[in-house]
Amino acid sequence: MLPLLIIILLTGGIAAGIIAYWNQAACRWLSLITVVVDFAIILFIWIEEGLSMTLTDSWLRDSHIPWIPSFGISFHLALDGLSLLMLVLTFFLGILAVLISWKEIQYRVGFFHFNLLWVLAGITGVFLTMDLFLFYFFWEVMLIPMYFLIGIWGHENRQYAAYKFFIFTQASGLLMLLAILGLYFIHGEQTGIYSFDYFALLNTTLSPDTARWLMLGFLAAFIVKLPVVPLHTWLPDAHTEAPTAGSLLLAGLLLKTGAYGLIRFVIPLFPSAAQSIAPWAMLLGVVGILYGAIQAYSQTDFKRLVAYTSVSHMGFIMLGVFSFNELATQGVVMQMITHGISTGALFILAGILYERIHTRDITQMGGLWSKVPFMGVAAMVFVMASLGLPGLGNFVAEFLILVGSWQANQPLTILATAGLVVATAYSLRIMQKVYLGSSMQGYILTDLSLREKLILVPMCIVIIWLGLFPQQVINTARSTVANTMHAGNHATIHQKQDQEEVPNTSAFNTERREP
Amino acid sequence: MTIYDMISLAPLWILSSAAILIFFSISIKRNHKVIFVITVLSLMADFAFVSTYSIHHLHSIEPLLVIDGFGVFNIGLILLTTLVVTLISYAYFEQREERKEEYYILMILAALGAIMLVISKHFVSLFLGLEILSVSLYALIAYLRKRERSDEAGIKYLILAAFSSAFLLFGMALVYATTGSMEFAGIAAWITRAHEMPVMVITGFGMMIVGIGFKLGIVPFHMWAPDVYEGSPAPVTAFIATVSKGGMIALLVRFFNTLNGYQYTTFMLVFTILAIASMFIGNILALRQNNVKRLLAYSSIAHLGYVLVAFLAGEKLGMEAVIFYLVAYFITTLGAFGILATLSDKDRDAELLEDYRGLLWKRPLTAIVFSAMLLSLAGIPLTAGFVGKFYVIAAGIHTHRWLLVIILVINSVIGLYYYIKLIAVMFDQKQEPRPSQDLHPLVYIVSSVTMAILVLSLFWIGVNPEGMMTLIRSVL
Repeated sequence: MLPLLIIILLTGGIAAGIIAYWNQAACRWLSLITVVVDFAIILFIWIEEGLSMTLTDSWLRDSHIPWIPSFGISFHLALDGLSLLMLVLTFFLGILAVLISWKEIQYRVGFFHFNLLWVLAGITGVFLTMDLFLFYFFWEVMLIPMYFLIGIWGHENRQYAAYKFFIFTQASGLLMLLAILGLYFIHGEQTGIYSFDYFALLNTTLSPDTARWLMLGFLAAFIVKLPVVPLHTWLPDAHTEAPTAGSLLLAGLLLKTGAYGLIRFVIPLFPSAAQSIAPWAMLLGVVGILYGAIQAYSQTDFKRLVAYTSVSHMGFIMLGVFSFNELATQGVVMQMITHGISTGALFILAGILYERIHTRDITQMGGLWSKVPFMGVAAMVFVMASLGLPGLGNFVAEFLILVGSWQANQPLTILATAGLVVATAYSLRIMQKVYLGSSMQGYILTDLSLREKLILVPMCIVIIWLGLFPQQVINTARSTVANTMHAGNHATIHQKQDQEEVPNTSAFNTERREP
Repeated sequence: MTIYDMISLAPLWILSSAAILIFFSISIKRNHKVIFVITVLSLMADFAFVSTYSIHHLHSIEPLLVIDGFGVFNIGLILLTTLVVTLISYAYFEQREERKEEYYILMILAALGAIMLVISKHFVSLFLGLEILSVSLYALIAYLRKRERSDEAGIKYLILAAFSSAFLLFGMALVYATTGSMEFAGIAAWITRAHEMPVMVITGFGMMIVGIGFKLGIVPFHMWAPDVYEGSPAPVTAFIATVSKGGMIALLVRFFNTLNGYQYTTFMLVFTILAIASMFIGNILALRQNNVKRLLAYSSIAHLGYVLVAFLAGEKLGMEAVIFYLVAYFITTLGAFGILATLSDKDRDAELLEDYRGLLWKRPLTAIVFSAMLLSLAGIPLTAGFVGKFYVIAAGIHTHRWLLVIILVINSVIGLYYYIKLIAVMFDQKQEPRPSQDLHPLVYIVSSVTMAILVLSLFWIGVNPEGMMTLIRSVL
């Protein structure tokens, strides 16, 4: 079942690329159907497993095919709660990415959809694989189509942005490859079994020094992808220059692969080394929150502004992951999903506006509410989500992270909370400059079309649903989070603290309903 | 010499008879197609012989040659590479006015020299092979002599190659004068007995490194590479980049392993410096190139540096990595130059960056194949180049050569930039009209099929390298 998810996307991509020679509409429909089929499969698995999910049995599906036996590499895919959530997000945003490109992309349609589906395939692989070689493989595979998406269909400065994106991620990825190989040989020398399998490598004993170096290799790849200040500079360029679907995938999914890597690999593989750098990592997270927020406030380019809000929101992920407690980690999972939706939606809105008025400069906009009320309402929802209004998904995520990190580091949490204030400022500024105020230019523009409503309304529903009923997501991720924390706490002193928190997670549901 | 020796040497016989056959057939009637077919058939027959007979009848012809698994694998590799070069040469030369037929004789002789090189275990056979290879190359490089840069390249290669051969010969003489042996094993035995290496021998080896380094085109003996790459016909460039360099690497591996050179820190240090310098200088100089052939020349300098990393890593894994990397690099380089050759017309080669602008929209398949080759050079997954790079890094980490491995990683990032630049040009959508300079190559089915096979094997080895790894392991 699991390899099928990837194979459908890969073959769908090739078929869509070929069919576009004859019929572009067929290519779009085929891509849409491909992603919808994957979405249906993953929803089916979720519904089937969602009822019987327990804490002990975290692996729902497992598929193991030998690939390069002489290096101990296998095509090992496995699904647990976290991967499941990420895949649901992947295919959901994938469908939207196809839909949003329906009118925007008129140039080389076949190749565009080929790249789009292959990026999705690479991301799917990253979220599923349990073999470190295969992980690196998918990690790189998703880059090239993404590079083309930015480099061919992007805006004015697309070549520069595409280079920067590619080289940043490649360089950091290679450091991860070194670390993976280092771990592989150490494990092989200890046990005599040379294997890249995640579960085998989990049991490697490392000296603190080696562990630190290897962890830094992994960390390099993930914090560039996340991104963490000061390694974030590729992000504003890439997000701004990419076509709407590209920005959506970048913000919604590619950044999440970094966060996913932290939870899945860095902490379980190197628990004590991760603990030892936790204060620094949290500090970087807070710096990211504040820096991103302040930068976002000073941007005039709509997409660049949203890009910097991503930097800020991803700071919360860094803060949460390195707080080493279940509450914060649950928050991180929530944040990954809600950020994907809310930021993705803001990019979509920026793209929709750009299609109509051909500018991304928010000083050129203003007073659009009266002309496009429906779009305005949709924008309002996501702007409010982005600033963390209770009742919407992002609030749950950030609240959980802050509650969790409070137990780990109070001064940093206070600073991070200050980031929320700046978030309010930049978010309201979007509304102020774009939709409210007086109309400076005599733009004539139409409100959302049916297709655009079909994109934005489900996103609104999801973000509200996540805000009101997050328990389903929390339950799905719980076993993974608990296992990660279990690994993280094995060697550490924070153990006592965490045990107190476990009941909090369920109690939280009642606490949160008030707004 | 026994009958058995003779049969073992059949791979050499087949090639030399093919050369003579072509020679006579030209004197009867010049026919490009017939000559081409003879060349292809003889290379195929040779490969068939090697892969069915020689691989099961390993044999040493004292004192000059040794046909072992490693040798047989390299012979096979050289034969297949020459075959591919021949296949892409047909379309390339068919469009040109010069006399084409002698080209194939030279190509076969060059392959013969390279084969000699990879099975030699004696200074005499080494030098003989090297000279057969070099002399054929002098003529091949300057084959299209009406082109302005062709004789420049030919003369440059001639002088420098002769110069480096002299170094090699002098080095051999010094080693022989001291050790009294020209056989690799004999030299190794003498050195083991002597405990400490005399200055004469060290000097001798040092001079030999100059000769070998020149052939490999590694820094600081790389000066000829860009000019020769640029001036030679595209298929010849492909041949130099693959067979000529690969044959020398195979020889180096055999020589170094027989001598057990890994115990001498001086040699290790020298090769480490050469490897680091090749990687950095090759990649950095490639950054600013606007000529695709020169770009590939600098990139091949860097790639030889990567091969040296695997070579220095040593042990079994290192040797496997060297061979695997060579296979991947051969496929990729042949593919890249093959595309270059198919895009060239009778006036000039498709070597300017501008010739590739918007290629994806003009000839999508060609552009995709070329991109695949460039991505393989950059070491991106799904391609053979990725597995090769992975193998090299794995070998390096296995023997804890962290410095080399980290430098390799830094360099693959630098390298990425210019490969991507070339790909970006092909995907560029702006097309300024400049019809006067546009190339109008003819499309030949034989080139297209060759390219298709190359790109398929590139992906096949990239996705499923197990078969190739097992094969390499079995011959070592």
